[in-house]
Amino acid sequence: MRSLWQWLLPTCVIAGANQAQANGWNMPVGVTDISRDIYGLHMTIFWVCVAIGLLVFGVMFYSLFRYRHSKGAKAAEFHEHTSVEVLWTAIPVLILVGMAVPATATLKNMYDTSEADLDVMIIGQQWRWRYEYLGEDVAFNSNMSTPWEQIRGEAARGEHYLLEVDEPLVLPINRKIRFLMTSDDVIHSWWVPDLAVKQDTIPGFINENWVQINEPGIYRGQCAELCGVNHGFMPIVVHAVEEDEFEIWLAERKEAAEQEAMGVDREWELDELMARGEPVYRAICASCHQAEGQGAPPAFPALANNAQLIDDLDWHIDRIVNGVSGTAMPAFRSTLNPVEIAAVVTYTRNAWGGDTGDAVQPASIAEKIVQ
Amino acid sequence: MAPKLPPQHPLQHSTTAAADGQADHAHHASPKGIMRWLLTTNHKEIGSLYLIFSLIMFFIGGIFALVVRAELFQPGLQLIEPEFFNQMTTMHGLIMVFAAVMPAFTGLANWMIPLQIGAPDMALPRLNNFSFWLLPVAFTLLLSTLFMPGGGPNFGWTFYAPLSTTYAPPSTTFFILALHIAGVSSILGAINIVATILNMRAPGMRMMDMPLFVWTWLITAFLLIAVMPVLAGVITMMLMDINFGTSFFDAAGGGDPVLFQHLFWFFGHPEVYIMILPAFGIVSAIIPTFARKRLFGYASMVYATAAIALLSFLVWAHHMFVVGLPLAAELFFMYSTMLIAVPTGVKVFNWVTTLFRGSISFEPPMLFALAFVVLFTIGGFSGLMLAIAPADFQYHDTYFVVAHFHYVLVPGAIFAIMAGVYYWLPKWTGHYPHERLAQCHFWCSIVGVNLTFFPMHFAGLAGMPRRIPDYALQFADFNLVSSIGAFFFGISQLIFVLVIVLCVRGGRKAPAQAWEGAEDLEWSVPSPAPLHTFETPPVFHRSHHGD
Amino acid sequence: MSGGSYYVPTTSWWPILGSLALGVMMVGAGVKLVYDTGALLMLLGVVSIIGVMGLWFRDVVRESMGGLYDSQMDRSFRWGMGWFIFSELMFFAAFFGALFYVRTFAIPWLGGEGEKGVSALLWPDFVAHWPLLSPPDASVLGPDQVFSPWQLPLVNTLILVTSSITLTVAHEALKLDERITCRNWLAGTVLLGCCFIIIQGVEYYEAYNHYGITLEAGIFGATFFILTGFHGVHVIIGTIILACILVRICKGHFSTDHHFGFEASCWYWHFVDVVWVGLFIFVYVL
Ligand code: HEA
Ligand code: HEA
Ligand code: HEC
Ligand code: CUA
Ligand SMILES: [Cu+2]
Repeated sequence: MRSLWQWLLPTCVIAGANQAQANGWNMPVGVTDISRDIYGLHMTIFWVCVAIGLLVFGVMFYSLFRYRHSKGAKAAEFHEHTSVEVLWTAIPVLILVGMAVPATATLKNMYDTSEADLDVMIIGQQWRWRYEYLGEDVAFNSNMSTPWEQIRGEAARGEHYLLEVDEPLVLPINRKIRFLMTSDDVIHSWWVPDLAVKQDTIPGFINENWVQINEPGIYRGQCAELCGVNHGFMPIVVHAVEEDEFEIWLAERKEAAEQEAMGVDREWELDELMARGEPVYRAICASCHQAEGQGAPPAFPALANNAQLIDDLDWHIDRIVNGVSGTAMPAFRSTLNPVEIAAVVTYTRNAWGGDTGDAVQPASIAEKIVQ
Repeated sequence: MAPKLPPQHPLQHSTTAAADGQADHAHHASPKGIMRWLLTTNHKEIGSLYLIFSLIMFFIGGIFALVVRAELFQPGLQLIEPEFFNQMTTMHGLIMVFAAVMPAFTGLANWMIPLQIGAPDMALPRLNNFSFWLLPVAFTLLLSTLFMPGGGPNFGWTFYAPLSTTYAPPSTTFFILALHIAGVSSILGAINIVATILNMRAPGMRMMDMPLFVWTWLITAFLLIAVMPVLAGVITMMLMDINFGTSFFDAAGGGDPVLFQHLFWFFGHPEVYIMILPAFGIVSAIIPTFARKRLFGYASMVYATAAIALLSFLVWAHHMFVVGLPLAAELFFMYSTMLIAVPTGVKVFNWVTTLFRGSISFEPPMLFALAFVVLFTIGGFSGLMLAIAPADFQYHDTYFVVAHFHYVLVPGAIFAIMAGVYYWLPKWTGHYPHERLAQCHFWCSIVGVNLTFFPMHFAGLAGMPRRIPDYALQFADFNLVSSIGAFFFGISQLIFVLVIVLCVRGGRKAPAQAWEGAEDLEWSVPSPAPLHTFETPPVFHRSHHGD
Repeated sequence: MSGGSYYVPTTSWWPILGSLALGVMMVGAGVKLVYDTGALLMLLGVVSIIGVMGLWFRDVVRESMGGLYDSQMDRSFRWGMGWFIFSELMFFAAFFGALFYVRTFAIPWLGGEGEKGVSALLWPDFVAHWPLLSPPDASVLGPDQVFSPWQLPLVNTLILVTSSITLTVAHEALKLDERITCRNWLAGTVLLGCCFIIIQGVEYYEAYNHYGITLEAGIFGATFFILTGFHGVHVIIGTIILACILVRICKGHFSTDHHFGFEASCWYWHFVDVVWVGLFIFVYVL
């Protein structure tokens, strides 16, 4: 009988925990050594608390049933007992020390960002992530790709509703990757549960963190610090791939970046610019200035039928290249390339009935950026 | 110069606050009736004002929470825009913390501390009324920001810079000024309470004879005086950054957004203990009464409270484990936070031991107090889990945190306030609260609270961030249950109001000592307590505490 | 403890009027800051606050003179004033804390030192240095130069320290019932307070016009003005309080053993003095 219990209890507990795990009721175990350590810590503390809870509530409910006034219980007289009180001060201290030791070890490990194979800069922006592979000349923005029709309930919701992006962060497995994290505007927090990385991005400062992913896969997360209206719509997708696959991907991206850079030197047609500008506008500008450029005054000015914008091209370009300091309007000097800026400026000057016919050339933008 | 003496106490005041409330109702707000409430210096009337104010604000804050829960009922945006959602979350947090829980405890302090220590009134009665009337002014201003151009505060109750400075709506300046007024109110109220406790005890009552509610409030008031000015300081810096071009929280000028968080949480963490220590005091009064047994470990309760308060100054950065603190800071704040479990544990063990071999009955105050012990402890356990810094990298800013703090605040602080109200209603009104209705309120609340907040643990662990108006599909079930629970809990609170109204108007008459096992001084004055009590100080006999 | 004579005032208009006045002032200030109008409303608020405070204190003085306050009431006032000063101390502590934090952590990090030194990647040209003359971002103009502590600030330190001494002399004189002496030394204290304020005004003028120290001048300007500014406001309030006490001395209020109004003002003044010494050391010297 006793042995049955010895067998049954742990089995049930483990089965229960696994079940919870599979159903998404519990913290994910994750795919890094650190995430496993954290999961272990989490479960250990959880069970310690359960045990203490059972003990305390056990005594409490026993007393509530056993010593009822209605059943004629007479109250005892005792009201203090120094050694008991010392004991139940000392025992929790010991339990806590027991928890603190593994926690300290894990924490130290998490803080060791030395000897990384690859540095990735993660920049939070209202409301997208920007990834820069340092020393590799590869950088891109990653926007949520869930269409607003789904959010508004006008279309059926997909499987990865709110957790899908246009360009995921691609990382190699089995390599130590150091993250340098910062922000261009407010504080965001880059969080992927399976990687057990959650780190705030502080404007003007850089935080460090690192991962070494053990298994290839697609890992999803979200911004975890309130960062304004679209805080809930700022997901993260990490694509962890085999190392050689990563090298191929990286080479392709470099190639594409070079292509784009060459685009600066040639003359662009209006149609071409409009076609290039629309997706940029949708991905970047629409979150503030709205889909039809109508803005959301007083917070975000309208771009459609904006007289000043149409009259003064230089002013218009300056807004986008340098932003408006002290407001939410970011400087896009370093987050969009000259082609994209030229395209989006052209787009805002010609879409929504503002047919100025201006085709702003990337080369002229590149000049302004250098200044 | 011959000083003009103010008139003596008008005798017509010797009715009770409650009975007079009825008269008000009948005469329909004759100016005299209103004036009496506006100009009063009486601790009981001011206590009632605080309590009524806080109940109204609890409902307003609760309605904001219900708006949040209604939007989160299903995935997708249905009812409100994200912008408004953020305003609701923010206002809910601010109103509940600053306008519901804190004034409720101050109201109980006003009513009960003079009665429990045998004082004729609060030490500085006029200041007392000033502290109260600042609150309606402050919160009218705060709520009015919702109607200003650009909307109200939308940056969370923690208003982190630079979201709350550079990127904030214009109404933020008004939000800051409103918070300043509320802060002045808290500081002056706390000073008054400290002065009362230290100076107005009945002859013969030593510090270690004071009931625990008085002790916990003394320590709470100390916390208030120490940290509210820091809040005032940090919001002043915000005001300067917004309006005068300083760069406290802007790296471009050499400042640091994280500086804001350090200052905020230096206030914010003690603030959460401000919301729980008086609750400990109330529970420590109720459990011995209905177990008909002296509180176990009175002295250790006092020391534990003091230890919690002192430790609370050293743990603030546990809210900032993921902002990128240096490793040494991370470790220090993890250890200090974990230590708080020790004195809190002492309290829990003392309550349970008080029950052990008692003679227990289950009147409404006791039901709430017992639920407090269990559910607060559960909230404390999740707090301890959050304190483990590496694990907090996964928990932080998820619904697991929301679950934690609602467990310590709703079945913690709010249940304790309700327990206190049921416990002292006979003293205030002279009638017992309706037993059946009160029990109904209790059971509905227990079910509602757990239905609302328990699933949040799972949602958080499964990865749902807080402060989002829409969520991924795998969180749908948890949110559905939470939302149903929230509405159920909300509606149940109407029973509470009903019980109070009924109790003010009538009900079974209560004697001076309304509860069989109750021993503190307040039970020696008649029920309802006359407007003026202890005008001649009572002589305190060391009947129970100490030897 | 309680002798049964504790004075509990009856109804009073001042609390409710005071809170309304404060509300009017805050709304006025908000409208002024956000919409750049409404200065009159703010002024109305300020005037009514001063008015209410005047009337409230008039009542207190009358009650005190009427002998309504027993020794227990006196102790209530003492506790009240003591804890109030403690709260003021914590208010300044927030600003000192900010100063220490930026000097020991934020600025070195931005300049590339310490655990978050990688942050310097964002500010390649920035050199950490205190006083911070060139803030990390070139768009923020730092001060051109900072004050030497050994000129006006030192004079001000001497003035305030002296004023604490003169005030103590006045207090001792009151205890000995030498009212004329008391009056003279108190008047001297008020005068020193005024000198301090004037010198501080001169310094602010210099700061803005010759030193480039402004509110916008990066974190140096910000911490400089918030600390000295709030201190200055406290000196002004303290001077006004002492001036009122001076009037009361002239009117013959206070007795040798019963003069808490006088003592409370002394406490406040000494507190302001102590804060200045902290300022002198941490803002000017170090
Ligand atoms: C009344 C309010 C209250 C109370 C009492 C507490 C109590 C505690 N809280 Fe909580 N907390 C909040 C209100 C409160 N908290 C709020 C509002 C937030 C969120 C703010 C925001 O971001 O908006 C928060 C957030 C918060 C965080 C930050 C989480 C995050 O954002 O990542 C942390 C981290 O350490 C924490 C820890 C604790 C701890 C360790 C306690 C301890 O005091 C608990 C101690 C109690 C026990 C442990 C149970 C009883 C003890 C025993 C039975 C003894 C034996 C036990 C052991 C040895 C395990 N809290
Ligand atoms: C003491 C403090 C306190 C109290 C009592 C509560 C009570 C409740 N809180 Fe909250 N809460 C906070 C303090 C508190 N909260 C704080 C500090 C935050 C963080 C804010 C931030 O992120 O900045 C927060 C955040 C918060 C969130 C997260 C929001 C987000 O992250 O976006 C949620 C979500 O469910 C929530 C829900 C609730 C609910 C359902 C209640 C219920 O207990 C409320 C009960 C409801 C009522 C009392 C309503 C009254 C009844 C009626 C009006 C009659 C019934 C009528 C109808 C049903 C129509 N609260
Ligand atoms: C995070 C929000 C945000 C994003 C994203 C954003 N803007 Fe803006 N934008 C603003 C705000 C706020 C202003 C108003 C600044 C001010 O007060 O002068 C503004 C102003 C402008 C103006 C000047 C209009 C005027 O009348 O003052 C132009 C042009 C503009 N933005 C274009 C763009 C373009 C093009 C993009 C995308 C590449 C973009 N913005 C992305 C917030 C944003
Ligand atoms: Cu970005 Cu939240
Ligand atoms: Cu805390």
